[in-house]
Amino acid sequence: MISLRGVTKRFQGEGAAPAVDDLSLDVASGEIVVLVGPSGCGKTTTMRMINRLIEPDGGTIEVDGRDVMAQDPDELRRRIGYVIQTIGLMPHRTVEQNVGTVPWLLGWDKPRIQARVRELAEQIHLDDELLGRYPAELSGGQRQRVGVARALAADPPVMLMDEPFAAVDPIVRAALQDQFLELQRELRKTIVFVTHDIDEAIKMADRIAILNVGAKVAQFDTPAEILRAPASPFVEAFVGAERGLKRLALMPVSTIELDPPRPGVSLPTVSSGDSLRFALDAIVTAGGDAASVVDDGQVRGTLTLARLGREVEDGS
Amino acid sequence: MIAALAQTGDLINWDLVGRLGGDIRQLTAQHLLLTVLSVGFGVVISFPLAVASIRRPALYPVVTSVAGILYTVPALALMVTLLPIMGLNIWPVVTALTIYTLLILIRNIVAGVRGVPEDVRDAATGMGLTRRQVLWRVEVPLALPVILAGVRIATVSTVGLVTIGGLFGRGGLGQLIFDGLARGSFTRIIVGSVLSVVLAFIAEALLLLLQRALSPWARRAGVRAVAT
Repeated sequence: MISLRGVTKRFQGEGAAPAVDDLSLDVASGEIVVLVGPSGCGKTTTMRMINRLIEPDGGTIEVDGRDVMAQDPDELRRRIGYVIQTIGLMPHRTVEQNVGTVPWLLGWDKPRIQARVRELAEQIHLDDELLGRYPAELSGGQRQRVGVARALAADPPVMLMDEPFAAVDPIVRAALQDQFLELQRELRKTIVFVTHDIDEAIKMADRIAILNVGAKVAQFDTPAEILRAPASPFVEAFVGAERGLKRLALMPVSTIELDPPRPGVSLPTVSSGDSLRFALDAIVTAGGDAASVVDDGQVRGTLTLARLGREVEDGS
Repeated sequence: MIAALAQTGDLINWDLVGRLGGDIRQLTAQHLLLTVLSVGFGVVISFPLAVASIRRPALYPVVTSVAGILYTVPALALMVTLLPIMGLNIWPVVTALTIYTLLILIRNIVAGVRGVPEDVRDAATGMGLTRRQVLWRVEVPLALPVILAGVRIATVSTVGLVTIGGLFGRGGLGQLIFDGLARGSFTRIIVGSVLSVVLAFIAEALLLLLQRALSPWARRAGVRAVAT
């Protein structure tokens, strides 16, 4: 869906080192690829070249099989949803007008825009009464949701999101992330998501591209695989402590081998769909060495601390 | 001093004011026309210069220096210079007054547009607004309070400067003042001066109202929601 081949960008006055150096990357249709890395690694520059807010110096970028440099930039951008950290809502336009911007640019008629804005408001759980307000009259969380709705307005197949949930407190952020993932399961957009927060990357990504200075790909893989086997000391350091625990959080109980049930012993219960981290927490909280795995009242087996320990060990 | 105070009753000859009624109305109308024309041309000329200065920052110091030098030329000298070129009509006055509005207007338009938050511009461009649409739909509306503040200052100073045109009989209420000076008629001087001041106040008030009417979002921004 999105394909970068040998993409290079050099900013003036930065000497010899390019901001993005010969980057090649593919994003498949319907997946969320998170670009993550230390500040100044070129992740935002990479993202902004996809909708030509920054023009690459070399290489090719294709969206949906078409070279972006061969297209009118304004028309290209209208087909790509765009969300930035500070959202950038137009303060002189109501929520409704903000959300309806791209449909308006595309020449939709008024009733169609209105219907679409209401549909989106429902999808992102935004009260209809807020549609007539100005952005300054919204809370931070509401503004972020309006930003997402505005990017989705014309139903673009591709979305670019630059730290879209960074400007709110951790609790609101977690809620917005969950809500967006739920929406994404339904919408299946192709998304390039930029963050500096590895935990957000692990949570949101189908695949993570960990970038080092010059947008050099240090590792490009699924979150679980990166946590299990970091490709280099740089990746390991970036992924940080608690790598094993983070990985357990991504794995459901059903992925691990179970011991036979222990009838008559009182154990905490978890289900196959729970994460291994949740199971570990249940075991530790109960002060025991195992949990009983129960689905719909049926005992599947026993999950022991020893097996969990081996699982963590495998990955490190 | 006491004698002068005692005479204040005679300072304004209300009979004369009554007889001059028609003239006063006509001169007030001319005063307004000269002001509106000058500020109007000022805006029309300043706008493209300001936009060009924003797009090419190197141009800005050049534009403001030229406008600044023109601003320092004495109004009377400028009008007298233009008189033989343009003839004895309102245009020497309008031209001179237009020139005086340029510096204030260009500065305010540039400052207003530069003050538009970068993320709003970035998001608008990223959504696919053309450069022209970004200018007219985002930058100008958001810069409007600052631009109109410039128009207000330019208008108020123009209302004052119009009176100088009274020397050539093209100065609105200024004519009344110069006429009064020539005849030693305090009534004419005072009526001309007071009405000029009143015009300036009214212009200021109207433009303030316009500014508010055109930026409703700025006032409602005071009401912030707390719920998420």
